[in-house]
Amino acid sequence: MYIATARQAPASGGTGRIAGNVLALGAVSLLTDVSSEMVTAILPLYLVLGLGFSPLQFGVLDGIYTGVTALVRVVGGHAADRWQRRKFVAGLGYGISALGKLGLLAAGTSATAMGLVLAGDRTGKGLRTAPRDALITLSSEPSALGRAFGVHRAMDTVGAFLGPLVAFCLLWTLPARYDVVFVVSFCFAALGFLVLVLFVRDHRDVLPRVAVSLRNAFGLLRSRPFRRVCLVACGLGFLTLGDGFVYLLLQKKLDVELAYIALLPLGTAGVYLLAAVPLGSLADRVGRWRIFLAGHLALLGAYALLAGASGITLLVGVLLLHGVFYACTDGVLMAVAGPMVPDELRTSGLALLQTGQVLARAASSVLFGALWTWFA
Amino acid sequence: MRRVLIVIAAVVVLGAGATAYALRTPGEISVAVERGPVELSSGRLLFVDEASGKVASVPLTDPSGPRRVSSLSCKRFYTSGGRGLCLADAAGPLPGATAVFVDRGLTERRRVEVDGVPNRAKLSADGRMASWTTFVTGDSYAQAGTFSTRTAIFDQETEVYASNVEGTSVAGMKTTNDMNWWGVTFAADDRTYFATMSTAGKTYLVRGDSTDESATTLRENAECPSLSPDGKKVAFKKRVPGDGARPWRQHVLDLTTMVETPLAETRGIDDQVVWLDDDTIAYGLPGEGIWAVPANGEGAPRQLVPHASSPSVATG
Repeated sequence: MYIATARQAPASGGTGRIAGNVLALGAVSLLTDVSSEMVTAILPLYLVLGLGFSPLQFGVLDGIYTGVTALVRVVGGHAADRWQRRKFVAGLGYGISALGKLGLLAAGTSATAMGLVLAGDRTGKGLRTAPRDALITLSSEPSALGRAFGVHRAMDTVGAFLGPLVAFCLLWTLPARYDVVFVVSFCFAALGFLVLVLFVRDHRDVLPRVAVSLRNAFGLLRSRPFRRVCLVACGLGFLTLGDGFVYLLLQKKLDVELAYIALLPLGTAGVYLLAAVPLGSLADRVGRWRIFLAGHLALLGAYALLAGASGITLLVGVLLLHGVFYACTDGVLMAVAGPMVPDELRTSGLALLQTGQVLARAASSVLFGALWTWFA
Repeated sequence: MRRVLIVIAAVVVLGAGATAYALRTPGEISVAVERGPVELSSGRLLFVDEASGKVASVPLTDPSGPRRVSSLSCKRFYTSGGRGLCLADAAGPLPGATAVFVDRGLTERRRVEVDGVPNRAKLSADGRMASWTTFVTGDSYAQAGTFSTRTAIFDQETEVYASNVEGTSVAGMKTTNDMNWWGVTFAADDRTYFATMSTAGKTYLVRGDSTDESATTLRENAECPSLSPDGKKVAFKKRVPGDGARPWRQHVLDLTTMVETPLAETRGIDDQVVWLDDDTIAYGLPGEGIWAVPANGEGAPRQLVPHASSPSVATG
């Protein structure tokens, strides 16, 4: 079985032009992230205060979809490869999520309807990630893949940065009008979908006729380098504390008011946003796997600060290292794995890797959550 | 070029649509208002006026008649013993609350800044012991974005302030991080109280002692208790199977016989109810105003005040 068209190409990356397709996908992600982060920021407030759900009920609603998205990811990746239609599958995902924003309005006070809408939204997210990342790898020069992902993730993070701000400003000027937040969120998602349809081009090279089957997709794991990447990424994912936990510890140690915990993720996002492109380029030059592992050292440093430091060193240090961790790992891992998988199975391979990571993180989150509840 | 024009056109259309939607006036609320001061004097029902968001009052003899509206803005208001407790949103975009203590003429006497979003507020019968509950996000580890509750008790005489009663020890239970408390109601001794405590996905009715910081559980599946004026009965909401956002049925527990009775109101009440007298409770329903229903399980609910929430009866 042939692997790796261009594994760790010579050190020429870092300056080349970013493909138009990558910029278009970045714009789509930016708009979609504004939309989804707007909703994420206010959903608990809306469910508990707007609709009168009990906080416990909300926790249950939120917790049960990880398994669903894992399955959807693998199936979606497989479908995109089988028909070689990545744009279509990604578009389906973006479209479902956009419609979900209107679904939030329609669900009203029914817990079942709300659960279905949220499950639909997660399904959309699960569907679109792998084909999108596969398109980025297929549209970029293999030698500049780290930088391409850096640009995409930086644009994506701008959206994640703006979303909560837009939502809270809307709620501030129009108190309790959650419906307006959903409508505006839908508008951003619809624009994202439109940009995808108009500006993103699917990869239409003539690909070697290899039978695309689920079996072949899982067969990718027989390749040693790819298997190693998957195993290490999952293992590290399992050892990674959830973001919520990092911010909670930070808030507790700094003893700032709980209200400010909502602002801490903006610090991480700010660093990620600024560091994604330079670290992506660096990864192209010195080795992506190296940078990926170095990112986890940064995270370890953040944990060490959480254990030992205090005051402004603690705050700035943790947010800085946490942001660097994201810039070194999130897009870089896709840039590592992409070239290891043949083009025609690209989406399936990335979906497999992402699913493993998601499940490892979910397992770790459940475990740490239980430990925290019972022993802290 | 054509593609860019399409995107610009979409931005204009979607932007205009969203703006039009946001500016669409939600149905105007019209309520009859009469002139006159709002005072915490016997015979008046106090509540938060939905049209203005301010504390208002009507005579108990004619609750659906014209109301007097004050200038005090509250999310939640409670009066007893000639004193009032107002839980309001703090100014600014971040969630936060202010507990404002007012006298008979609604003049501010004291204020306490509180974390979280206002939810419940109550005073003991003589107005001395105050308690309130807020929702706080980001406090729980397991799910980012979920809520936990913060419940505070303030003694206006000794000025002893417990900003979070979560440290209270419950007989026979290990104190864990997932214990949440809400909905405190004080007994006549200004020391004993009833409240809800939740842990491991279950809720309990507890009887607590605010001085000893100890409590015992009385029964499972009971939230937002409210003690009757004679101290013999506790009204609470009980979770029942159902799909809606408010899957609760209001019950009354006789503390002598420990027999509980479901009330005639079948709509889910998400409120800490108040007692109009020893035989009747009153409560707010979102969008439907304030209602009352007999406490013995008979009769039928009737509307007291339209476009209103957070009822309480002025005494003392």
